[in-house]
Amino acid sequence: MQVDEKKRNEAYNRYVKAKIPKTKPWPSLFNSFLVGGIICCLGQGINDLILIWFPNMSEQTAWAYTLITLIFIAAFLTGIGIYDKIGKFAGGGSIVPITGFSNSITSPAIEFKHEGIIYGICVKMFTIAGPVIVCGVVSSIIVGIIYLFI
Amino acid sequence: MKANQTVKFKNKPVIIGSYSIVGPKEGKGNFGPYFNYVIKDDSFGEDSYEKAEKKMLVSAIVGAIEDAKIKPNDVNLLLAGDLLNQIISSSYAARNFNFAFLGLFGACSTMAESMAIGASLIDGHQFDTVVCSTGSHFCTAERQFRFPLELGNQRPPTSQWTVTGAGACVLSSRGYGPRISMATFGKVIDFGIKDVNDMGAAMAPAAMDTMMAHFRDTDTTPDDYDLIVTGDLGKLGSEILIDLMEDQGIKLGLNYNDCGQMYYTRNQNTLSGGSGCGCSATIFNSFIMKKLRDGEYKKVLFMPTGALMSTTASQQGETIPGICHAIVIESDVVNNKDEDLKSSKKQYKIKKHK
Repeated sequence: MQVDEKKRNEAYNRYVKAKIPKTKPWPSLFNSFLVGGIICCLGQGINDLILIWFPNMSEQTAWAYTLITLIFIAAFLTGIGIYDKIGKFAGGGSIVPITGFSNSITSPAIEFKHEGIIYGICVKMFTIAGPVIVCGVVSSIIVGIIYLFI
Repeated sequence: MKANQTVKFKNKPVIIGSYSIVGPKEGKGNFGPYFNYVIKDDSFGEDSYEKAEKKMLVSAIVGAIEDAKIKPNDVNLLLAGDLLNQIISSSYAARNFNFAFLGLFGACSTMAESMAIGASLIDGHQFDTVVCSTGSHFCTAERQFRFPLELGNQRPPTSQWTVTGAGACVLSSRGYGPRISMATFGKVIDFGIKDVNDMGAAMAPAAMDTMMAHFRDTDTTPDDYDLIVTGDLGKLGSEILIDLMEDQGIKLGLNYNDCGQMYYTRNQNTLSGGSGCGCSATIFNSFIMKKLRDGEYKKVLFMPTGALMSTTASQQGETIPGICHAIVIESDVVNNKDEDLKSSKKQYKIKKHK
């Protein structure tokens, strides 16, 4: 009976897998390339403007200000409910740049504001971004240890 | 010999009142004109979506009692359920009423579950008047089962859109209206689907099992019904169900459809269709009830499906169990229209004198 059930489930899963409509790769790739590219161009533009307006600023500091600006724009667009529409169109194109990271922190903060500042916003803020931060920290530790021995 | 899952009601409880309330997106869908009330924005004047869901349930229950032309004191029991943890919408909505309450959880199958239980209680003379209700809200379900609303992610093509809406109906041992003649209680069926974005495929085997049990127990075929309607299998799930039934040797024809699949128009971008408790509840209490009252449908097999999953179980690698309950509703309209008019007039007079 058990073996039969397993076989039945496997067969059903295979059948469903064949039946599921596939997403078309080329249009999605094009959309994410387009939007991702626009975000990158925007970042470069901001960087260049900062360097024009503040000629004495070092390039490193200008990068930091560029990131801050992009994070602000994404958080603002999330707040007024536009970023999720961009995300729906662009997919990976708006998730991979730093704006996606900003969106992943802002959106739960908005969502859980009714549960209060501490238990709502502070606790839930990193539910999506948390794993990314953990991965970043852990991988940097590993790379650091390897670097120590080379 | 398999156990009998079907209950046949001797006294056939009557659905004397029904009410449906939906969100703005649902109001623009295919069934827009049939709903009793369309709310203007998703928050329904409340400061959180959970409170909005509760308020919708309260409105639906009040509306159904009004539609039945009875007093709230005449109601003996409220049967309700929803999708949220600890079924808070139903329990909190029940605070507002002065009658006994039984909370149910059957995921999206709650409408049929509550009606089947209510009809059984009435048929057994335990209660006289029972209100059955359920509802769901897109924003609360998204938050509980998926991601925050403003997160810029894409949905897979198999995903479904939780219906914002609530429906309620009043069952009674006497009165005029469509009658519940049979109910088939479903088993929990799991065919090993793990993808939480593919509820249709997880629930279709349960629908198949209940449908087979129903046809077996009652000796009927799909042709005996004017409409066979499943709850929220969606586009993909209903196609799977048709295939599964064909494997069992039963062909579902044009009288079969799925609430989730029908709910939204093509350009509303809901991918596989609608889902949630509210999906089958609102369509049943608006469109199907109207057609039954008009006599356009004589006999309807209504079978909402539910995926009994939780995010915790799914994250621990569990598969998704499905359930489906079926009820048969028969129209009370006879071809003789004069007699019908007389009886309704008589009913009106009695009410007036009270």
